[in-house]
Amino acid sequence: MTDTIADIKNPALSIDNLSIWYDKNKAVKNVSVEIKKNTVTAIMGPSGCGKSTLLRALNRMHELYDNITTEGKVLIHDDNIYDMSTIKLRREMGMVFQRPNPFPTMSIYENVIAGYKLNGIRLKKKEKDEIVERSLRDVALWDEVKDSLHKKGTFLSGGQQQRLCIARALAFGPEIILMDEPTSALDPIATSKIEDLLVKLKESYTIILVTHNMTQAARISDYSLFMYLGELVEYGKTKNMFTNPKDPRTEQYLTGKFG
Amino acid sequence: MKDKIVLGLVILLSLITISPIILIIGELIMKGYRQISLDFLIQNTPDTYSAMTAIANGERIPGGIANGIIGSLIMVAMAAIIAIPLGVITGVYLYENPGKRMANFTRNISDILQGVPSIVLGLISYLWVVKHITNGYSALAGSASLAIMMLPMIVRSTEETLKMIPDSLKEAALALGTPYHKVIFRVLIPTGFSGMLTGILLGISRVLGETAPLMLTALGSSMINTNITKPTSAMPLLIWEFYNDPNMIDLIWSSSLMLMIMVLLLNIISKQIAGKRR
Repeated sequence: MTDTIADIKNPALSIDNLSIWYDKNKAVKNVSVEIKKNTVTAIMGPSGCGKSTLLRALNRMHELYDNITTEGKVLIHDDNIYDMSTIKLRREMGMVFQRPNPFPTMSIYENVIAGYKLNGIRLKKKEKDEIVERSLRDVALWDEVKDSLHKKGTFLSGGQQQRLCIARALAFGPEIILMDEPTSALDPIATSKIEDLLVKLKESYTIILVTHNMTQAARISDYSLFMYLGELVEYGKTKNMFTNPKDPRTEQYLTGKFG
Repeated sequence: MKDKIVLGLVILLSLITISPIILIIGELIMKGYRQISLDFLIQNTPDTYSAMTAIANGERIPGGIANGIIGSLIMVAMAAIIAIPLGVITGVYLYENPGKRMANFTRNISDILQGVPSIVLGLISYLWVVKHITNGYSALAGSASLAIMMLPMIVRSTEETLKMIPDSLKEAALALGTPYHKVIFRVLIPTGFSGMLTGILLGISRVLGETAPLMLTALGSSMINTNITKPTSAMPLLIWEFYNDPNMIDLIWSSSLMLMIMVLLLNIISKQIAGKRR
């Protein structure tokens, strides 16, 4: 088990004894963690360690699949997410995926406000314009696309598409943004743009980032979780973990002995 | 040297493969062009007597196939209206429940339906619609048999198209809190629309040329008929009728040409739509 971190008060999110099974296979084993507000928290570990599985449990994405069962609690503002409506939960937790996935039938503009459109929330034209501009400015995409807002989002480059997807998540005004290896399909320049963006976004949002890229975790995260075979091995400030890992398995992973 | 022989052989075989369609179109144009005019498109079929007189005087046979064109359009449109919603919904169901017994059963039945001879579908529609609903031959009965023919094609193309949409798109919509039915109707179906449309257009072009089921259901009519509970003509039915009347033989070619043009156009359009997707 891990040492709990004493200095996290008013966590953005607490995970309490969470376990996840694929059929009979326990992929995440009794994980308990508190995530600090306005930080970037990285979840790392070798392939198959359960890091994406853990992340996807946080907005209940697993409910899409019949063979996945979840046990335990996840609290935001003392409310268990498993007692909330998925609509409310997913408005509070945006998600960005591994590959950019803008809606191909929608324009850039419509993609940003897709959350409102798809939930049947009516907005005035002015409100929509404001949300679109603010969200695109937040992801530093506004200047690049302001003249082509009504073109299809799929015409953008991969990095731009991913920033559009982040804007789509931000437009809904979430508190937490879940990111599942958001740069793994991007080139280094697009990756560094997104990394800069995350560091800036943490002023207003709490970011939980799954990455298999240790140097990325070291560059931009404040806290890190290291998972191995479904277990949470170590959790702490990224700086401490990289310079002075407590668990031998963390050390082995960080020095490239496995993973 | 060897390469050249093989290349020559490949070209020759390709030419043999495409030659029937070219020969057919050529033959139809050669024999049918004399009859094609505006009248041919807007007038009803002539009676035997006027056709006979025209032939005796060496003139063009008067009249046209407007009753067939209108009848075909009405029946195919009604068949599409019946088959598209049913087929798309079934396709969505199959896509959503892969591996479930009921879904596998439905898929198999739909595949079997595709193999049922069209004359049998005509008979079924005769028993159900002609005998019990319209109490007589009717366009509605014709549409019912055509709709059953289209259904499996639409089911398949819907399922296959939806399967090609990456899961990540569905997850993106769900991650925004979108209710499930809206994910299907606002994201998946619009994204797969062109693929489904290809299937639908191919289905339409297929039933446009169906003759056998219509003989038992729509029967035919020498007038333009817009009452769907009454006997109605169709282009393939007219071709059959012309074939059976020695005075009308000349009309076979021109009406076949028209039918070919319509089917080819639909095929080309659906190919264009499918090509744009890639």
